[in-house]
Amino acid sequence: MSFAAFSFYLFSAVVIASAVMVISSRNPIYSVMFLIAAFIGAAGLFILMGAEYLAMLLIVVYVGAVAVLFLFVVMMLDVDFVELSQGFGQYAPIGGAIAVVIIVELVFVVAAWTFPAEAELARAHPIPTAGQVVADPNGPNNIESLGLILYTEYVHYFQIAGLILLVAMIGAIVLTFRTRDGIRKQDPADQVARRREAAVELKKVKTGQGI
Amino acid sequence: MEIGLGHYLSVAAVLFAVGMAGIFLNRKNVIVILMSIELMLLSVNINLVAFSQFLGDMTGQVFAFMVLTVAAAEAAVGLAILVAYFRNRGDISVDDANFMKN
Amino acid sequence: MEPIVVLLPLFGAMLSMPVSWLAKPKASEILTSSFLVIAALYSWVLFFDVALGGHARTITLFQWIGSGAFQADWALRLDTLSATMLVVINTVSAIVHIYSMGYMKDYGEQPRFFAYLSLFTFAMLMLVTADNFVQLFFGWEGVGLASYLLIGFWYKKKSANDAAIKAFVVNRVGDFGFALGIFCIFLVFGSVRFDDVFAAIIQNREVIPFGLSAGGPILDLTLSIFGGEYHALTLIGVLLFIGAMGKSAQFLLHTWLPDAMEGPTPVSALIHAATMVTAGVFLVCRCSAVYENAPDAAALVTLVGSITAFFAATVGLLQDDIKKVIAYSTCSQLGYMFFAAGVGAYGAAMFHLFTHAFFKALLFLGSGAVIIGMHHEQDTKKMGGVRTLLPLTHIFMFIGTIAITGIGVPGVKLFGAPLGTAGFVSKDMVIESAFIAGEAGRAFGFFAFAMGLLAAVMTAFYSWRLMFLTFYGPSRAPDHVRKHPHEVPTTMLAPLVPLAVGALVAGMVFYPFFVGPKSEQFWNGAIYAAHDSEHGDDHGMADKHASNDHGAEAHHEDETHHGDETYGDTNHTDQSHGDSGHSETGHSKTGHNDTGHGDAHGADDHHGGHHVPSWVLWAPFFAMLIGTGGAVAHYRGSDPLKPGLLREGGMIYAFLKNKWYFDQIYDVILVKPALFIGRFLWKQGDGKVIDGLGPDGIAASVAASARRLVKIQTGYMYHYAFAMLIGIAVLLTYVLMRIGGGQ
Repeated sequence: MSFAAFSFYLFSAVVIASAVMVISSRNPIYSVMFLIAAFIGAAGLFILMGAEYLAMLLIVVYVGAVAVLFLFVVMMLDVDFVELSQGFGQYAPIGGAIAVVIIVELVFVVAAWTFPAEAELARAHPIPTAGQVVADPNGPNNIESLGLILYTEYVHYFQIAGLILLVAMIGAIVLTFRTRDGIRKQDPADQVARRREAAVELKKVKTGQGI
Repeated sequence: MEIGLGHYLSVAAVLFAVGMAGIFLNRKNVIVILMSIELMLLSVNINLVAFSQFLGDMTGQVFAFMVLTVAAAEAAVGLAILVAYFRNRGDISVDDANFMKN
Repeated sequence: MEPIVVLLPLFGAMLSMPVSWLAKPKASEILTSSFLVIAALYSWVLFFDVALGGHARTITLFQWIGSGAFQADWALRLDTLSATMLVVINTVSAIVHIYSMGYMKDYGEQPRFFAYLSLFTFAMLMLVTADNFVQLFFGWEGVGLASYLLIGFWYKKKSANDAAIKAFVVNRVGDFGFALGIFCIFLVFGSVRFDDVFAAIIQNREVIPFGLSAGGPILDLTLSIFGGEYHALTLIGVLLFIGAMGKSAQFLLHTWLPDAMEGPTPVSALIHAATMVTAGVFLVCRCSAVYENAPDAAALVTLVGSITAFFAATVGLLQDDIKKVIAYSTCSQLGYMFFAAGVGAYGAAMFHLFTHAFFKALLFLGSGAVIIGMHHEQDTKKMGGVRTLLPLTHIFMFIGTIAITGIGVPGVKLFGAPLGTAGFVSKDMVIESAFIAGEAGRAFGFFAFAMGLLAAVMTAFYSWRLMFLTFYGPSRAPDHVRKHPHEVPTTMLAPLVPLAVGALVAGMVFYPFFVGPKSEQFWNGAIYAAHDSEHGDDHGMADKHASNDHGAEAHHEDETHHGDETYGDTNHTDQSHGDSGHSETGHSKTGHNDTGHGDAHGADDHHGGHHVPSWVLWAPFFAMLIGTGGAVAHYRGSDPLKPGLLREGGMIYAFLKNKWYFDQIYDVILVKPALFIGRFLWKQGDGKVIDGLGPDGIAASVAASARRLVKIQTGYMYHYAFAMLIGIAVLLTYVLMRIGGGQ
């Protein structure tokens, strides 16, 4: 068994076992942890396939941001997760059945797969893997080749992705934002709009009499 | 034994099925449902990258990039909704949440 | 120019309401009335031109229906028959319009009333000027509609609505027969035009009924219906006559006419006395060619007509409502016209129709004046002594009464016409025609003669009874009415003058034309005479018997007959109309038994040929005297309300008072079952079956399935997620199956 094959089986086992633990853990915190493990395993698979940039992205974005966000929310919400887990097995038969059907069908697909002629043409010029990059330092590596088409051919999609993230950010803020009464806050517009007449009143004070 | 496209696709298929089963099994727990969706999206990504690699076409990876973006956005919005929901109801159980009916 | 005669009333009807909106209600009265006056004057011009000048013509306005072989035009058929009707209709209508200006003053809604009146007039004119059966049917239904609207004019009164519906529904029975008759005509002749139909009959053409392969000469043609073979012309005649029965309130279909008196009195005068109810007579006369060749149908007409004349007169004896008396009198007079037409004396029938329009309209309008004067009181028992309160009205009613009872001098001729009031001339003519027809062997001729005489006795009796109860004797009205009778406006009295003149002299003036020596030329083929010689003799007969020499001869010859027929002289002293009537019956039976008239009479009366014995000439006169005498004896006294021969509580009294129980019988055998069936079909048939299975059932099942469908929408998010995932699995399986199958 080559190193690559060993690595594949290792990462695959990690991914699938973690995924099973994600859905079967009673405690959501464990689920999140296993989700992180699954992501890391998947990143390993990506590296095996030569997609180093996506592997890094997965680690940075998913593990660093999304999974932590999950963890944050799970911990922030004061929820009795044990109660939520009740009725776990109620839909297990139908869920399991559908899962088995899907697996069997997908495996059929994999077993019976053939590439069309154009695909064979494309296979003649594969993108370089990590090992190839090391062998040929002058060829384009994964990030370069991704950047070459992402910022040229797919620049609009790239922009749209940015917009989606912006909208998601605004949406998340709007959804969780709340104004609370009884809190003194600064209102810059009010401050700027304030005029001298409203703030200062001049009075003639007679000498020796006070106000 | 050479590791080919079929191996990756099989792993992705199993991962997808596990995510799907997760939705059925944890119907009450929205957080786990969201995580299951993440798993399913991950399996899709594995598929896309595998095809990209074995066809030698970078477009698959661009697409996986998009899926990642959308998945991140979806997770952010979904969790925000969850927080707002919790704030209103004091609970995140979707068992008795049938607003869409009434 | 001719179309204005029919179109002016239509314009009046259409403009009445707009004019009242633009100006005042009074304006619409004046507009419609002046239109009608113009139409009336012009129709007299037409009458002189067409009937007296002999310029019969048909003006086709435009094609109405053209569908294959079925052709119907809008046309004005101007011949003597329609010209006569035009004169009657437009004159009476114009008079009624003017009269209504006064009569309707207190009631309000005059524009609507005048619009209806004009609409009616238009429809009636369409009816009489039709040159085909379909246009005639249009007018026929039009007058039915107008009649319905006018009877129910006071729509807030339940009795008026009921009467209107009754009139409409009873007329439907007749109209059904009429419509079938028209279908039959088209079936047999392939045309509905009068000219085609009558020409085919007269020439005895070979016709092939629509849809049949074989035909034959029309006079011998039979139709096979429901397994029976029927003589085509008889069938047509009977069906048309059923229509005429309905419209003209003949026996069995008469029940609507007395109830129709719920309408305003001018309506009664116009529609239910002078014009619409005579449409049936007009129809029979128009179709004289059919009836002359269908003896059985003509016999039916005679039979029904004579029974009606008798029946309505008996009921009229006991009516207290001033309008109901006149209504039954109308019914009875219509019976006269029908049996005259039935025995073939169409000229006499039209003549009686013509004169009857004058005196009956006069009586109705006069009674309207009485009703107004007596503060809307119609019960004669609460009147009495009205003569002093309404002297002018009294004169008019008196003229009307002597006209209807037939005051005149039999046997005397003035300028070639009998001397007497309109009713005298025409009614005697009718009765004599019946006798002559009986002699000639026509079915029911003598029966009609006998019934006519009996009815004449009763007519005289109830007419004078009405006069005495209303105008003479001590007043039985409440004090305030007696002291302050309601003013009767001039617009109500002035129009009566021409009617009164007509009631007095119309008979004498028009006698020569309608039935006298000039009749042949006058009718000018408008009325078909099947047996020309016989028919001519009829007229000649009528002429001769009245002429001086023959009249005198007949007189002498029958003096003896008369002698033993002066039963009335002895009988009428006993103050009993009923008894007089009965003795009359008894007497008639000596001449010709009611049932076995044919032979019995032949043996008894050896007058032979077409000679009319003079007792026949005098019989109507004496009948009138008997009736009048009875009325005078009983009602001229100090207490007109004292019981007569027919006492309250007696069986005959109850029988007559309840109008032969027709309403009750119809109620039991027709109205109640109809209501029951209607309610059953409504509740069970429509409500449960149709609604239950149809609209309601479908709606209920839709609602039920929707309720079941609603359960699918649980609102639980995970259910939707499940649905999506299951969908994915199914879709994937499907795609794989396809691919697998494709390989």
